[in-house]
Amino acid sequence: MPERPEHHQVYEDMHASADFQELRKKFRAFVVPWTIAFLAWYLLYVLMSSFAGDFMSTKVVGNINVALVFGLLQFLSTFVIARMYSTYANRELDPIAGRLQARFEEETGTERTGS
Amino acid sequence: MTADQTFVALSEDATQNLTTALFLVVVGITLGITVWASRNTKGAADYYAAGRNISGFQNGLAISGDYMSAASFLGISGAIALYGYDGFLYSIGFLVAWLVALLLVAELLRNSGRYTMADQLAYRMRQRPVRTAAAASTVVVSIFYLLAQMVGAGILVSLLLGVTSDGVKNITIVGVGALMIVYVVFGGMKGTTWVQIVKAVLLMAGTVLITVLVLAKFNFNISDMLGSAADNYAASDRAKAAGTDAQAFLDPGLQYGATTTAKINFISLGIALVLGTAGLPHILIRFYTVPTSRDARTSVMWAIALIGSFYLMTLVLGFGAAALVESEGQADIVSSGGNLASPLLAEAVGGGPDSTGGAILLAVISAVAFATILAVVAGLTLTSASSVAHDLYGSVFRKGEATGDEEVKVARIAALVIGAVAIGLAIPSKGLNIAFLVALAFAVAASANLPSLIYNLFWKRFNTRGATWAIYGGLISCVGLVFFSPVVSGKVNPTTGETASLFPLGVDFSWFPLENPGIVSIPFGFLMGYLGTISSREDEAEARYNELEVRSLTGAGSEKAVVH
Repeated sequence: MPERPEHHQVYEDMHASADFQELRKKFRAFVVPWTIAFLAWYLLYVLMSSFAGDFMSTKVVGNINVALVFGLLQFLSTFVIARMYSTYANRELDPIAGRLQARFEEETGTERTGS
Repeated sequence: MTADQTFVALSEDATQNLTTALFLVVVGITLGITVWASRNTKGAADYYAAGRNISGFQNGLAISGDYMSAASFLGISGAIALYGYDGFLYSIGFLVAWLVALLLVAELLRNSGRYTMADQLAYRMRQRPVRTAAAASTVVVSIFYLLAQMVGAGILVSLLLGVTSDGVKNITIVGVGALMIVYVVFGGMKGTTWVQIVKAVLLMAGTVLITVLVLAKFNFNISDMLGSAADNYAASDRAKAAGTDAQAFLDPGLQYGATTTAKINFISLGIALVLGTAGLPHILIRFYTVPTSRDARTSVMWAIALIGSFYLMTLVLGFGAAALVESEGQADIVSSGGNLASPLLAEAVGGGPDSTGGAILLAVISAVAFATILAVVAGLTLTSASSVAHDLYGSVFRKGEATGDEEVKVARIAALVIGAVAIGLAIPSKGLNIAFLVALAFAVAASANLPSLIYNLFWKRFNTRGATWAIYGGLISCVGLVFFSPVVSGKVNPTTGETASLFPLGVDFSWFPLENPGIVSIPFGFLMGYLGTISSREDEAEARYNELEVRSLTGAGSEKAVVH
């Protein structure tokens, strides 16, 4: 088995292309801010569970307190951010990646499989 | 009444026969899958990555099956049953962690690797040092995780059979170990994947059933369930001993709120949970089983939906167990460290300890827990065996000259050896806490693996020395800090006066106060990766970064699915 994939000049050319630069920019524009956001939001939850006990113990309805609601909001935010990313990637990233992939296969003569 | 006596009372012939029969059904189904898979495995890509022919949805189920381990099913519900709200942190951390995997790792890894975690590093680094380091951390993480599952199997089976002798636990550990070796040696990734899919379906079905039965008891009023759980806690001896009231059970801090050290421990655990998932080798290699990076994305979306729903239900299982299990059962939950909460809750909602319904549900849920353990140990063994064969044997010893078939042969032998080592280590580890072992595996994964994965994908300057320093630095600091923590020596149980550490009373070499090392070892792993990188130059690694970046973002030139 080869130790690593063979090097193609086409990768360098693709890297310099406007398509790829746009793909990278769009990928990072979503991934970087949202990663910071959900990690900060999660850390806020962990810190408040430790150091804001009185606030977290406040009753909302019946026996349901702020801590439980805050925890459930972490579930909700996870579902929402995952869905947003999936939609964004399908709409903004996949078309460009598909074009670049087609170009790679054309220039290297490899067979195109999958989506 | 102790745990043993209750279970002896329970274990009338009929119940035992039913439990045994269901366990045998689980074993039969999984062995059937293995036979089928072994006939359809024809090369390295089949053995390591199921031919990359698993669909996104199927892989989502398999990821869930790999991830929802005994620690989740038995451990988290148990932690909630014991400590109320504080147990919920595990569920939240384990779920939010999937965003790290989805946004930063899954698709990029699928596009740039082949079979193991190390492939993605080796793409632009010097092969032998990075593969050796990555294989070392893969094996360490997987062994910690394996021990947790095997210890859990021993506890579960011996309690169900009503025998607490070490002999039964040892036989169970050996039996589970032998089964996992068979799955991995013969079934490879295909067999392992389908075992996980079947297990995920069983586990979700069992959990939904118990959740609905619990909620029905409270007319679907969650507030009533919480109130009843908190009242039960307040009436217990341990609440009186601790001087806490019903309210404390629903508020944060019952387990981790007493001192500043405890609070920092909680934060450290929280960080390890959220950053560990995306560094777990057995999760990472699941992304190689799908045809494209788009399918990798789909599989994580399904995994998030399934795992999220499951963890929401563990909330009901945990508080339900605190609310509904009668007082003798509560004592068993406490004495088992929480691990028996789910099975005893199943018995309670089925009609109670002496009812037929209770006996049937107990047997069903125990069989589900058993299937859970079998599936997870198979995934872990395969991951370690793949890394030994592909990284150590194929690249380090044979310098890339080994054929795929030769590697697979070595992987099969490695599975046998790793299985035997895991059995050998699990037998003396019977007394360890399952949730602790899993949390430790997450801390090691976050400290040793995540820094180099992230640096490699996002930092052009990153190089071989940075990667090896990050992996060894994170690995050694994490395991080392645990060794010098109260987990290993110096902790005394305040009520019994006995040792709460691995070492006996009187031995104390603990200078690190935290039981969860992540808050120190994870930044240390990142720091070592940074220092290693800036203290050396490697033109080749930098030159190949553009290629890695193009390939990981576009999928151009990535590994294709096998066509049979």
